[in-house]
Amino acid sequence: MKHQDLSPGDAHEARRNAFDAAAARARCMRYRRRILDISQQVTALHVAPAFSCTEIVDLIYNELMRWPEAGQSPDVFLMSKGHGCMVQYVILEEMGILERSDLDDYCKPGGRLGAHPDFGVPGIAASTGSLGHGMGIATGMAYAERAQARDGLVYLVLSDGECQEGSTWEGAMMAANLKLENLIAFVDLNDFSGLERMSEGHPAFHPLLEKFQAFGWEGVKVNGHDADAIEAAVRARSGGKPFVVVSETVKGKGVSYMEHVPIWHYRAPSPEEYIQACEELVEISG
Amino acid sequence: MRNKFADVFYELGASDPKLCIVVADISPAGSIAKFRTEFPDRFINTGVAEQIMIGMCAGMAQRGLRPFAYTIATFTLYRPFEFVRDDLCYQNLPVTIVGIGGGVTYSTLGGTHHAQEDIAIATAIPNMSVIAPCDPAEAEAATRWCATQTRGPVYLRLGKAGEPVLTDGAPEPWEFGKLRHISRGSDVCVLTYGPVAKMAADVAERYRAQGKSVSLVCAHTLKPLDESGIVEVLKSHDQVVVVEETSPYASLGSRVKQLAWDAQATCRIDTFCLQDEFIHHYGDHAELLAAHGLELDAISAKLNLM
Ligand SMILES: Cc1ncc(C[n+]2csc(CCOP(=O)(O)OP(=O)(O)O)c2C)c(N)n1
Ligand SMILES: [Mg+2]
Repeated sequence: MKHQDLSPGDAHEARRNAFDAAAARARCMRYRRRILDISQQVTALHVAPAFSCTEIVDLIYNELMRWPEAGQSPDVFLMSKGHGCMVQYVILEEMGILERSDLDDYCKPGGRLGAHPDFGVPGIAASTGSLGHGMGIATGMAYAERAQARDGLVYLVLSDGECQEGSTWEGAMMAANLKLENLIAFVDLNDFSGLERMSEGHPAFHPLLEKFQAFGWEGVKVNGHDADAIEAAVRARSGGKPFVVVSETVKGKGVSYMEHVPIWHYRAPSPEEYIQACEELVEISG
Repeated sequence: MRNKFADVFYELGASDPKLCIVVADISPAGSIAKFRTEFPDRFINTGVAEQIMIGMCAGMAQRGLRPFAYTIATFTLYRPFEFVRDDLCYQNLPVTIVGIGGGVTYSTLGGTHHAQEDIAIATAIPNMSVIAPCDPAEAEAATRWCATQTRGPVYLRLGKAGEPVLTDGAPEPWEFGKLRHISRGSDVCVLTYGPVAKMAADVAERYRAQGKSVSLVCAHTLKPLDESGIVEVLKSHDQVVVVEETSPYASLGSRVKQLAWDAQATCRIDTFCLQDEFIHHYGDHAELLAAHGLELDAISAKLNLM
């Protein structure tokens, strides 16, 4: 299989130079703000899970996926941690794939966006929400691309929590068996599941990168809020194997009272908390 | 119901050192948090890993402990289905699986979080008992029963929060495997279970307002079903109405109709349940129930109660 612009070389350098980290930072700040705005329309939503992977999802949509035509890409983005979909929704809105009215009707009767992404909604590749499904689906998608001699890349975002599911590892082993070099996974390693810190409650969860490597993957560990570093890591992969970016992140990144605090997994800020959060938002560079 | 379960579990666990709770990354509500602090060895969090939650419960039960598995209803049965079937049911172990938010309680979380066919799935497995209390008081009684029973595996399907107490004035106590009359009449019998019992009680009230003599009956134990109790209901009323929050397959409504045929009952039977459909509709629990046709006025219209 032939993959585009991933080996070190001229194309890669050209692409690297085109990456505008400042623009990415500005976008991410805008997305966080938009999510906070939407939080005021509902009683609960997953803000902290979205803030944890904002830079990752932005990078995939705005830098890594190819968009030869507006709204159409040969590549696939799959949000395995479905509860993080707010960041996907606001990006799809900015790209014009979802309408503003879709986000206004988030979780409301008549609306088509719920707290987890649904296959069939524009821009949504699979119905996720039950954790541990993405790796299997993404493996199937990447295999289908290769089997049909297409060059589509499959970008998968997993939470660290769903790396506790056995199904994730069944898929990971199979993707490596199949040498699916067109599968690129990002683990949002915020060290928190819903209930507690992994390193406290489940210390054997770590180290994670080595587990993927032992399963036959190539991978790196990066700061998951440093778009520049993630981008460089993905571009520098050597191919021949599925690739994982173990991205160290902060759950709730950008709002002091949400960072590392489990209740913000699924809670909408009060009007006062909303104002404070908006005031705190800054451009994040890692 | 969730908090009532937690309070009772804490109380029982404090005096029974064999009682354990195994959760899969779900925040322990109410007193379960206290239980965790006081008895850390009997609170196990497997992380986001439901198969091992059920597998561990099996092993713990085989070696003398009395475990409860606890998470969102879909994740108690669907993800670890074969572990439930083989490890718990085939081996017939007294493990209680507590499913929070059965039916479409988790409305805005979408189809991945709706346990709309859980009753069909759980009742289909040999050895499994299935209990769906009508209110927090029944959740308490059922939890107490589960903590000491020796029959085998139980699926205890609970609501989440805010269910009103309906069984306060019931003339008879909660008893496993037995219908429970909350009120007795002779014209119409409304049969129900789970948090939607409140809607059923409102239907019963509308019949009463029309001068009918109405029974309101809680069928909290779906399996083993109180078949003779249901036949008795079918024979002693002119009309039986079933209101339940589950898919039509293997529903209480379909069981009641089977029993009616076998017993040659002549009463009218009306059944209301969730649609056999993934409904992509957001909104609160009541709005999602309404999208499935479970709404007081819609039911009343079909029963000519308007
Ligand atoms: C199979 C399954 N089990 C349980 C849940 C309930 N749940 C939702 S989010 C979550 C954990 C959140 O932690 P993590 O997966 O690490 O996501 P993040 O930290 O990125 O928010 C859990 C247990 C689920 N959605 N799916
Ligand atoms: Mg996490």
